[in-house]
Amino acid sequence: MSEATLDQQRAAVIPAAEQASVVEAFRHILTITKREITGYFASPVAYVFIVIFLLLSGFFTFMVAGFFQRGQANLVTFFAWHPWLYLFLVPAIGMRMWSEERRLGTIELLLTMPITPWQAIVGKFLASWLILALALALTFPIVITVNLLGRPDNGVIFAGYIGSLLLAGAYLSIAAMTSAMTRNQVVSFILSLVICLFLILAGWPPVTNLVTQWASPWLVDTITAFSVMTHFETIQKGVIDSRDVLFFLSVIGFSLFTTSVILRAHRAG
Amino acid sequence: MIKVRNLKKSFGPITAVNGVSFTVEIGEVLGFLGPNGAGKSTTMRMITGFIPPSEGEVSVGGFNMLDNPIPAKRMIGYLPENAPSYIDMTVLEFLGFAAELRGLRSEPKTRAIDRVVEMCFLESVLHQSIETLSKGYRHRTCFAQAIIHDPKVLILDEPTDGLDPNQKHEVRTLIRQMGQTKAIIFSTHILEEVEAACSRAIIIDRGQIVANGTPDELKQRSENAGAVTLRLVNENSGLVTQKLSQIPAVGRCVVLSESPVTIRAYAKPNGRQGELARAVGEVATAERWKIEELHTEEGRLDEVFRNITLPDTTQTEAK
Repeated sequence: MSEATLDQQRAAVIPAAEQASVVEAFRHILTITKREITGYFASPVAYVFIVIFLLLSGFFTFMVAGFFQRGQANLVTFFAWHPWLYLFLVPAIGMRMWSEERRLGTIELLLTMPITPWQAIVGKFLASWLILALALALTFPIVITVNLLGRPDNGVIFAGYIGSLLLAGAYLSIAAMTSAMTRNQVVSFILSLVICLFLILAGWPPVTNLVTQWASPWLVDTITAFSVMTHFETIQKGVIDSRDVLFFLSVIGFSLFTTSVILRAHRAG
Repeated sequence: MIKVRNLKKSFGPITAVNGVSFTVEIGEVLGFLGPNGAGKSTTMRMITGFIPPSEGEVSVGGFNMLDNPIPAKRMIGYLPENAPSYIDMTVLEFLGFAAELRGLRSEPKTRAIDRVVEMCFLESVLHQSIETLSKGYRHRTCFAQAIIHDPKVLILDEPTDGLDPNQKHEVRTLIRQMGQTKAIIFSTHILEEVEAACSRAIIIDRGQIVANGTPDELKQRSENAGAVTLRLVNENSGLVTQKLSQIPAVGRCVVLSESPVTIRAYAKPNGRQGELARAVGEVATAERWKIEELHTEEGRLDEVFRNITLPDTTQTEAK
């Protein structure tokens, strides 16, 4: 066999192998996601979360914000509460993600499987995100209600849902990160709550004023840019700007990357 | 198959494993012995790629665990200490999960699950949530996931811990059978297990290998190995001791009990195997002693184990 044909063979073989490994990676992620979702529904966690989320979002929208009294065909009052609702509910869903693995010792099983830590991190994250997405999807009656009562801009409502989902994902990735830090779920919950609270308040004048007094405007702007509120509110207005989407995605990416660093550090001892 | 070279691991100021090297080939069952905290689990965690070593390297089937973890991990089946599992799943779901991560799907997956369910006697609890199972079943469930892909290498951290005697026996038999076609490392506190299942044993103490050999070789290191125990009826221990001491091959005699008289005669160093027993037998016949028992001690692993590891342990505790 000549060298040329060997090279051709190699060229044909290598992409196939790479393709196979990509397919394999997705399969692993899917397997882990499936397992996590089974876990959520085997315990009351998922049910409690979904019911509480629906009850609270209904309560805030209709009772506190006075959805009907406003007489406007939009879901502004509905989405406005989400950053605060998620502040408590998302860390509650995410706190067990890695701390439970460490407490039960299953992390040793999971990370000695022939998978990369990334596949495990993404698989677990996706599972929890899907639970959050399911809870969000189950708020569909409010979309029907507002459509029956008036003529809302459904594009804006759709954007609202996208923004809400991204926000939940960003919080969730932070909860994933804090749950990797400790095997204690309470510590994990409080840490992620504080970080998420910071991300909400970063653009809030009392906080920015505190920084303005001593820091350069450059730092103030940087901190403000980290506020989830500005990005969330832009999307709520119906503008899906790539910068805002990118912000949420980079928070998710950064937190999951930090999760992998923390997990590796723990294993290294 | 498994090559471990100069493995070291420190956690802060504590050195858990300090320069461990050994190899295990297919067809070998290596017993890993040592007191609690000797570094057995840490070594196994490094071999399976769960924690990276501070120094040294591990290769499994020719793949370096640090550079090439995925193909190396593919060859390993691992039962971690305390046999953890996802307690919110049923046994079937859990085994399915493990099979899928091992790349088994559809038909091969079903076959693999059937095989391990049969081997580990899990039929009756297949659809039960692991949370509701007894410790023995949980253990076997985790054992089942370790062998679901029929791996070439098996790492078992205390595979019989928490099992009842029958289950222990089953697991040992299983290990011995599988040892013919696999490279197996298992750790244990139970020394009879080493004799029952291992082709080779390593004793590890404070992070270092202090003994390495077949169970028989290790037993030879026992001080009682080769000594002759003699039990007689209606004899005076002083007289018997005196007679025995006159035998050239006998180094010293120890009276173990007075009635019936039980005496252990130790050979002089470099004494030949069997020589001592023969000599003692001849004296006994000449003296017309009524022999109840006469046998050569094989040496006991637990004695070797204590001799090697105990002085250090007491010293450490004294500090």
